Amino acid sequence: MSVLLDLSGLTKAYPGVIANDDVGFDIAAGEIHALLGENGAGKSTLVKMIYGLVRPDSGEMRLHGAYYAPGSPKDARAAGVSMVFQHFSLFDALSVRENIALGLDEATKPRELSQRIRDVSREYGLPLDPDRLIGDLSVGERQRVEIVRCLLQDPRLLIMDEPTSVLTPQEVEILFNTLRLLASRGVAILYISHKLDEIRVLCDRATILRGGKVVGTCIPRDETPRSMAEMMIGEALREPKAKLSVPGRTLLRLNGLSMTSDDPFGVSLRDIHLELHAGEVTGIAGVAGNGQDELLSVLSGEAKVAPGMLMLDDAPIGDKGPNARRALGLQAAPEERLGHAAAPEMTLTENTMLTGRVRQRLDNSGFLKWEATANFARAVISQFDVRTPGVATQAKALSGGNLQKFVIGREVLQKPRVLIVNQPTWGVDAAAAAAIRDALRALAEGGAAVLVISQDLDELMEMSDQFAVIAGGRLSAPRAAGTISIEEIGRLMGGDTSTAREGGTAHAAT
Amino acid sequence: MDFSALDPLALIVSLIIAATPLVLAATGELVVEKSGVLNLGVEGMMIMGAVIGFIVSVEIGNPVLGFAGAALASAALALIFGFLTQVLLSNQVATGLALTLFGLGLAALLGQSYTGIRPPSTGDVFPEALSTVPVIGPLLFSYDWVVYFALIMVGAVWWFLNKTRGGLILRAVGEGHDAAHALGYRVVAIRMAAIAFGGALAGMGGAYLSLVRVPQWSEGMTAGIGWIALAIVVFASWKPGRVILGAWLFGGVTILQLNIQAANLNILGILALALAGVAVVMLLVQIRSLTRHKVIQIVMVFSFALLALVLALSWPDFRLDSAYLSMTPYLTTIIVLVALSGDKTRRALNAPASLGRVFHASA
Repeated sequence: MSVLLDLSGLTKAYPGVIANDDVGFDIAAGEIHALLGENGAGKSTLVKMIYGLVRPDSGEMRLHGAYYAPGSPKDARAAGVSMVFQHFSLFDALSVRENIALGLDEATKPRELSQRIRDVSREYGLPLDPDRLIGDLSVGERQRVEIVRCLLQDPRLLIMDEPTSVLTPQEVEILFNTLRLLASRGVAILYISHKLDEIRVLCDRATILRGGKVVGTCIPRDETPRSMAEMMIGEALREPKAKLSVPGRTLLRLNGLSMTSDDPFGVSLRDIHLELHAGEVTGIAGVAGNGQDELLSVLSGEAKVAPGMLMLDDAPIGDKGPNARRALGLQAAPEERLGHAAAPEMTLTENTMLTGRVRQRLDNSGFLKWEATANFARAVISQFDVRTPGVATQAKALSGGNLQKFVIGREVLQKPRVLIVNQPTWGVDAAAAAAIRDALRALAEGGAAVLVISQDLDELMEMSDQFAVIAGGRLSAPRAAGTISIEEIGRLMGGDTSTAREGGTAHAAT
Repeated sequence: MDFSALDPLALIVSLIIAATPLVLAATGELVVEKSGVLNLGVEGMMIMGAVIGFIVSVEIGNPVLGFAGAALASAALALIFGFLTQVLLSNQVATGLALTLFGLGLAALLGQSYTGIRPPSTGDVFPEALSTVPVIGPLLFSYDWVVYFALIMVGAVWWFLNKTRGGLILRAVGEGHDAAHALGYRVVAIRMAAIAFGGALAGMGGAYLSLVRVPQWSEGMTAGIGWIALAIVVFASWKPGRVILGAWLFGGVTILQLNIQAANLNILGILALALAGVAVVMLLVQIRSLTRHKVIQIVMVFSFALLALVLALSWPDFRLDSAYLSMTPYLTTIIVLVALSGDKTRRALNAPASLGRVFHASA
């Protein structure tokens, strides 16, 4: 196969960190090439250079043998390079057609564009209605919009940045078929992911980055996920083990929990029944944007419901606020680390005060005990291996993984009786993720009830004792982990609840 | 009772004239907010337009050049705001408030020797024969060019925002600046252009006050109109057509209270006030049908209570202090704003998602 894109000696430094150091590899036409690496390994910087968002300090790129140095994404698109972003670059309040028009460089008449969208989406099996608002689409559909937008430009190289993190297994299958079809037509695909199984199934070659440098290339089919992961991390992995335990008594009961969302693009929760038992980890899977954030806000006390919908130790708490719930031993760690779980501009000590005051008695009739708070923050930092200069550091100065360890550690060390976490290991490297999972398991083994909401199925399968799926604001009936197949989970994630409520509401199917 | 003091035709004509500065300023601010920038300096930009437009007209003797000068001066003032907020990343709310204070002070300084002078007049567009046709004449053909210009600008802005690629890009920048940046659009440049445009229109609105509506220069003559223009953008839920409606509603309240004061009709005054109250309440009921939000119900009660208070205070001889009438436009603004911002869903659907957020192009 002919070489399409040839990178050599690419270097990019930011103040205090070298994001890419002498990176070089090549991609052939019609090849699906994986770019593997942990968070902070320099994958994003590299693809931003290829897409013209960032200029390299040194090194060169050649496209079809010709010197290639895009000054902007526009130049990159003109040269046939397209990109599907990890965080979609879509506008909620605009229609599918308008969003696609924004990504095209030449102006097209609305009607012609709608027709082209329909044609391309049919050709590649990605059905789309050009007139719908993005805000009304599911996450999978949004990704289709991004892909169709790229396809309309006849790209020769398509960059996909973690495309499957938000999809159901079935949607992943559709995406892979589309990508294979594209590759068979000679389009090169640069596929960024840290899901090793997918890379083994899909990709022809892989380049592995660590600390901004290329540390290896491999043929994914010939490797095991473990061997690739160890190349990525540079050290041997240790795997936590889920332990089956006998469920203890019920601590928290969700009793027909319903909540109408205020946000026009939010999800309303509908009639959720669930029991969290002492000593047990409950996992809730689901595609992003199916009610996970709303569920967390109801459980943490940010959103209030009728008192009887939430029972802690058989006492109604649905109308109690977060601090009242903390006093009773119900704590929560939301998904968004910066701005929700932690205040970015405040120090770690101050952030500790924010959730720890009630349960750790960090105040004395309203006067704050800063020394005790700092000591508690230090305990979190040392026990959870948070890498930071000290407790006076601002939360926003911590890397994503370190802040996540801090946020989880802050709740775990308060010894909650019930802990709710949303996406505990999102964007966290493998070693830190393993540490967080261990801590949550240990908390459950110590007699607490832990609820993990996550989009990472492997994580849930590994950790949970009981397991349920949230789709469209409804929760499937919880099942013991290990008694449910991936296909079934996929169906549930797609919103099919027909098999989930055995014997319960027979008409739940939609 | 003497109803003849309130000639409906004359009222409508003066309403349209009173609304013109609001239409101009609110249309400009709408474009700025659609690009995701909240410029609270409308009042300052208007008064700069008022003084510069006045000075240029008096010195050169041509009001058209006066309007052009006002537009340029206010656009330049707006670009100071743009430089501070878009390049130096200062806080938009604080900078906008500073812009208002700065504009008020600078305008007072510049206009010191121009008080008490009459500016050259801005004539009507159509010949007198046309404007004296009964009913239709005064209603349609009796205005100066700025009135027509303002209405054409509203149409042009609607067309630009909804029918052109440039408008789509501007809206995209306001909906999500990070995504627009990722697609390769120049967020800061687009916002600077929008800010300058908003400043130019605000300046023309201000010049209309000093050159046509009053017509005279006096310190602080905008008297809060810039703030009402800001309120109208929210009231219009960021839709150009509704800006006209909003401006006429607020302009109408202003004109009505002025006329009632002039006519010294106290009983009628109360009647008119009650009517204005009913108009607001009707609006609230309409909004309430979209939501069950408690805030709106509270506001409804509040407005009724206020009305009752006013009536009670003036009860014995049905005399209404003119201060109550003078405050009605501002009261209406406050009530409408509170009612609208109480409704989260509606606001979230219409407000540009990046409104007021600082954009910093990260690597």
